[in-house]
Amino acid sequence: MTPRRAANPPYRLPPPIFDARCKACWFTLGLLVLVLASFLSLDLQWAQFFSLEAVHSMARFLGEFFPPDVQPAFLRQVLVATWETLAMSALGTALAAVFGLLLALPASRLHAGGQVRARGPTRLLLNALRSVPELVWASLLLIAAGLGPFAGTLALAAHTTGVLGRLFAEAIENAPPGPGIALRTQGAYEGQVFLYATLPQVLPQLMSYTLYRWENNIRAAAVLGVVGAGGLGQLLAFHMGLFHMNKTATILIAMLSLVGLVDAVSYGLRRLQTR
Amino acid sequence: MNELVRLRTSPRPPTHDPAWRGRVFWTGAALVLLWPLLTATEFKPWQLFDARSREVTAQFLRGFLPPALAADFLALVARETWRTVAIATAGMTLALLIALPLTLVSTRVLSVSALRGRMGVLPFAVRQAVRVLLIVLRSVPELVWALVFVRVVGLGATAGVLAIALTYGGMLGKVYGEILESGETHASESLLRNGCGRLQAFCFGLLPQNAGELTSYTVYRWECAIRSSVVLGFVGAGGLGQQLDSSMKMFAGGEVSTMLLVFFGLVALADRTSTWLRKALA
Repeated sequence: MTPRRAANPPYRLPPPIFDARCKACWFTLGLLVLVLASFLSLDLQWAQFFSLEAVHSMARFLGEFFPPDVQPAFLRQVLVATWETLAMSALGTALAAVFGLLLALPASRLHAGGQVRARGPTRLLLNALRSVPELVWASLLLIAAGLGPFAGTLALAAHTTGVLGRLFAEAIENAPPGPGIALRTQGAYEGQVFLYATLPQVLPQLMSYTLYRWENNIRAAAVLGVVGAGGLGQLLAFHMGLFHMNKTATILIAMLSLVGLVDAVSYGLRRLQTR
Repeated sequence: MNELVRLRTSPRPPTHDPAWRGRVFWTGAALVLLWPLLTATEFKPWQLFDARSREVTAQFLRGFLPPALAADFLALVARETWRTVAIATAGMTLALLIALPLTLVSTRVLSVSALRGRMGVLPFAVRQAVRVLLIVLRSVPELVWALVFVRVVGLGATAGVLAIALTYGGMLGKVYGEILESGETHASESLLRNGCGRLQAFCFGLLPQNAGELTSYTVYRWECAIRSSVVLGFVGAGGLGQQLDSSMKMFAGGEVSTMLLVFFGLVALADRTSTWLRKALA
């Protein structure tokens, strides 16, 4: 009698858990090490955070928020700050669109075989502008522009110039070359070719990039004031620093409704566009 | 139309732009509309160039060169850079822990009662409630969360980690839900119809299909978290930002320029890593 076989012979063993040739294994291992090292190296005070005392202080802290301060004089102040936030974001974005377009011209190859000597350095500049966050720009610019919304506007403009410049350059490079070639063969100057052939073609795209950044900038402008650069954030930092919790609550509500409103409007507009 | 006909039939081509009047008008109108914005933001560019401000700025900028390169300062910067990365990573891990269960609860694809056509009242209410929670978590800027937590747990990394965890938990939860709902739901639906549990339907139906997209978005968010953990340092949540803030307040230009360079390097590195990872995962 032949020895009985198992009903399901184990043809294939499950793969080993760790295989030195498996890239995904190394990747997962690296990820685990990174996460563990992060948690171990930070002196996180979980014990303190989840202690009964912290829960009490959190509850007291939240309780102080109520009721939000709704005195007319203070509400007017909040309204002014909200308008300031909106104005900062709008002006910052407009400045960024202008400077972004000016920098996008040297940063892009305007036609096949065109001059590209300035392309590398300009792109480097745009990247540098872009990789510094708005808040860091704001705290750098405070030294030159002083406290207030002006520094915030410039900070938004600086960061957004980097972002928009790069997007604009890509849009200009990807524009269909036909009309430009037609004008150039007629003897039009470089500036005329850009104004009458390239710009009209890419303008809708540039506008949509700019509007999208404006939406982002409203959100950024709301918190920019925390370092002293005007708008709702400055009011927030001021009253939070003085432990005026009722006023802080009002400002937070204003901030959240501004952000929520912007989100809702942009969502609605996008729905309208795609319909 | 008439304009075109006239242009075509005229003996000479026009010597100037036929639309210039409209352009001039709209430029003027935009400038007029800009005026309230200029007053609201106290836009006074000449302030930048008056003697006192110019002197202070020049002094600060002169300090940028040479960058501070003392050994103990570099060690400090290295430590703080690691803390920045660690805050971002720990925050992302906690954000995942928040986002995953909330996604599973809120996604419409995993609803058993929806198989019948309409979702039941209770499941619908629960899903909507979780969605609102995600929106609230996401729409409070992380800087505000950090300000609040700095008050509760004191200065330090804990506030930064919590702020990133809450905001990014909300974002991840929302986008994960959208990814799961926009993909092909055939497999998970037939699993559910044949009596699988929701978790089984997720693990064997939805996850294999969407794993690539989900991981790629997570990696992208990790990159964003590194950038925002620098910003969080400015309100006292530890890391490179806190150091940058204190050096700036002391007008130590050399230290600021060193840290800005390190920051550029860090952001570029995170950018590269995330692009490479996303390409490898795709």
